[in-house]
Amino acid sequence: MILLQLISDGLQLGAVYALFSSGLTLIWGMMNVMNFAHGQFVMLAMYVAFFCFTLLKVGPAFFVPLAAIGLFGFGVVVYLLLVRHVMRGPMLAQIISTFGLALVLQYSALWAFSANFVSLPTTLVGGVYDVGGIRLSAARLIAGATAIALTAGMHLLLTRTDLGSRMLAVSEDRVAAALVGIRPDPMQALAWGLGAAATGVAGGLIALFFYVSPDVGNSFTLLAFVTVCLGGFGSVPGALLAGLIIGVVESFSAYWLGPATKDVVVYGLFVALLWVRPQGMFGRA
Amino acid sequence: MSISRRGVLALPALAVLPALSEHVMAAETVSIGYIEALTGNAGAAGQSIKQGAELAVEIINTPHPDLAPLTLAKNAGLPNLGGATVALTWADNQGSPAVAASDALRLITQDHVVAMCGAYQSSCTLTSSAVAERYGIPYVAGESVAANLTGRGYKWFFRTTPYGPDFARLYLDFLADVAKSGRATGKIAVVHENTDYGTSVADSMVSTAAARGIKIAQRIAYNANGTDVSPQVLQLKEAQPDVVIFISYTSDSILYIKTFHTLGYRPPIVIGDDSGFSDPSFIKTVGPIAQGALNRSAFVPGKPDSITYKINALFKKRTGRDLDDTTARSMQGLFVLCDAINRAGSTKPEAIREALVKTDLPPGELMIGYEGVKFNAQGQNILAYSLMIQLQGESYVPVWPANQASAKLELPFKGWT
Repeated sequence: MILLQLISDGLQLGAVYALFSSGLTLIWGMMNVMNFAHGQFVMLAMYVAFFCFTLLKVGPAFFVPLAAIGLFGFGVVVYLLLVRHVMRGPMLAQIISTFGLALVLQYSALWAFSANFVSLPTTLVGGVYDVGGIRLSAARLIAGATAIALTAGMHLLLTRTDLGSRMLAVSEDRVAAALVGIRPDPMQALAWGLGAAATGVAGGLIALFFYVSPDVGNSFTLLAFVTVCLGGFGSVPGALLAGLIIGVVESFSAYWLGPATKDVVVYGLFVALLWVRPQGMFGRA
Repeated sequence: MSISRRGVLALPALAVLPALSEHVMAAETVSIGYIEALTGNAGAAGQSIKQGAELAVEIINTPHPDLAPLTLAKNAGLPNLGGATVALTWADNQGSPAVAASDALRLITQDHVVAMCGAYQSSCTLTSSAVAERYGIPYVAGESVAANLTGRGYKWFFRTTPYGPDFARLYLDFLADVAKSGRATGKIAVVHENTDYGTSVADSMVSTAAARGIKIAQRIAYNANGTDVSPQVLQLKEAQPDVVIFISYTSDSILYIKTFHTLGYRPPIVIGDDSGFSDPSFIKTVGPIAQGALNRSAFVPGKPDSITYKINALFKKRTGRDLDDTTARSMQGLFVLCDAINRAGSTKPEAIREALVKTDLPPGELMIGYEGVKFNAQGQNILAYSLMIQLQGESYVPVWPANQASAKLELPFKGWT
């Protein structure tokens, strides 16, 4: 029974990691831009959820789409005002600029919302189910289902639609894409918008069961980068699987080896896997 | 660069100015450095401490006769320094021991503070006080409780708060008393975050219990920055301890309680060692599912005409919240330091240190429930004291010892309904 509960907890946690990483897969994996502000995007979405609930008294059916739309706009603005310009510079400029953006967002949140932890009521979504002795949190189940749906949607968009092909073409070779008549800027802006919208969905859902604070993004960001790396750059399903694996490994190692050693196991496994397969599980070499 | 003849003539006069202004400045403000986690995981607690310290400074700098006999409340400023006012210089250590050390260096060498206070996280106090020791600047820790802080043979370090061994004694006394009512308390699990704070309080717990012939049944160390604590809650659920004692910061305390709720686990007795459980955010975020959680506190607002009640009212007017234990302990530390500077009648570090060594404050002059403030050779306040409080409804109420209790102890831990 404990084994099943561990697996279930691990999968639920992994789904959250996958959900958290979904936007990053698109921006980092597809656009080749390291968005260090990813965690802060999610943090903003979590605050959108929190304020929608406390001020407007509306539930996730309202605030999750709102967060997605809001973050979509924010992603486009970030691309147009910041990323577009620094992409002309060296790689280092890109890294530092989104890192700077991360700090600006985090400290703005600290200034605007204070350092206090806030949280949505635990009972907002369905509470907890007991299925044959296994405890399942409704909020995490929704998060997991959404992660899968979001991944599938994004995967289909990129591989099955004309729009997706154009986005991929721009990411592969900006100049060549322009030569065949694809305007790169709108495509890149759209990719940033979609990536950010995914963080909006993630933030709105994670806020259902996690606390919200200005630096909440930091707890997840490193794991998100690891998830995308492990899954294989640019592979949307890879990130989902990687998230689930990390969740289960973390759950088991924390139970058997102790919480202080779980990070060693997770990151050790990560390094070992990259050693064998540097392109990640689903990435192309 | 050219200097006019008239300019040259004016130079000797100018040279006198800095010395003069320094003298005047010294009489006007006393600069104290405060190293605190204003951002990061403990940012909420740090910001609260900052609000408390600012209130303490206001009480010291402006007359508050209604708060007498609290030290320095009655008059404006520090009387023995000609009414000099106190000014705090803040440094944000971001919860990082390395940043705390560089903060200390900056406060001493650039801001020229005469003394320092800090910090919420013991690991940050450890590094920053080491810098203060090297430079010979008095350091008063009002809130860090790791035992190792006062065992270093430091000359410039003083701690007003009760620390690890005091709490271990408190919890074991309390549990022994509860056991008299027939409730099992023998199987104790200690769950602690794995930096100086959690580790040292857990160590004190283990050794104090061992001295009484009690063996701690389960000890779980974890990293406070984690995203998930389900495996630890499952470990507890398997072992079924009678008592779970958490030595945790805020985000992790919130996660533990949320996970209790998700996994449907209610330990019979839950004790939170202050910090996370006392963070104002804790009650706001998980209060409704943490009913009956026990905690320690040295601060209780008390009766309407008491100093504690009035200070709580002032704090609430500023922040909209009640004064929590951690903030109150840090304020008390600042009062003790300012009292020493006043008694020293000087801003010279050596004079302040001598005054700190001689500190002997009776309970009536404090804003907190210690039995007084008097330091031993290690710089530890030997009169520090705490009581047990319990989360009932939307606030903590004192429940033990009986002579200080204002509500009845409710067991087992209810959690949620």
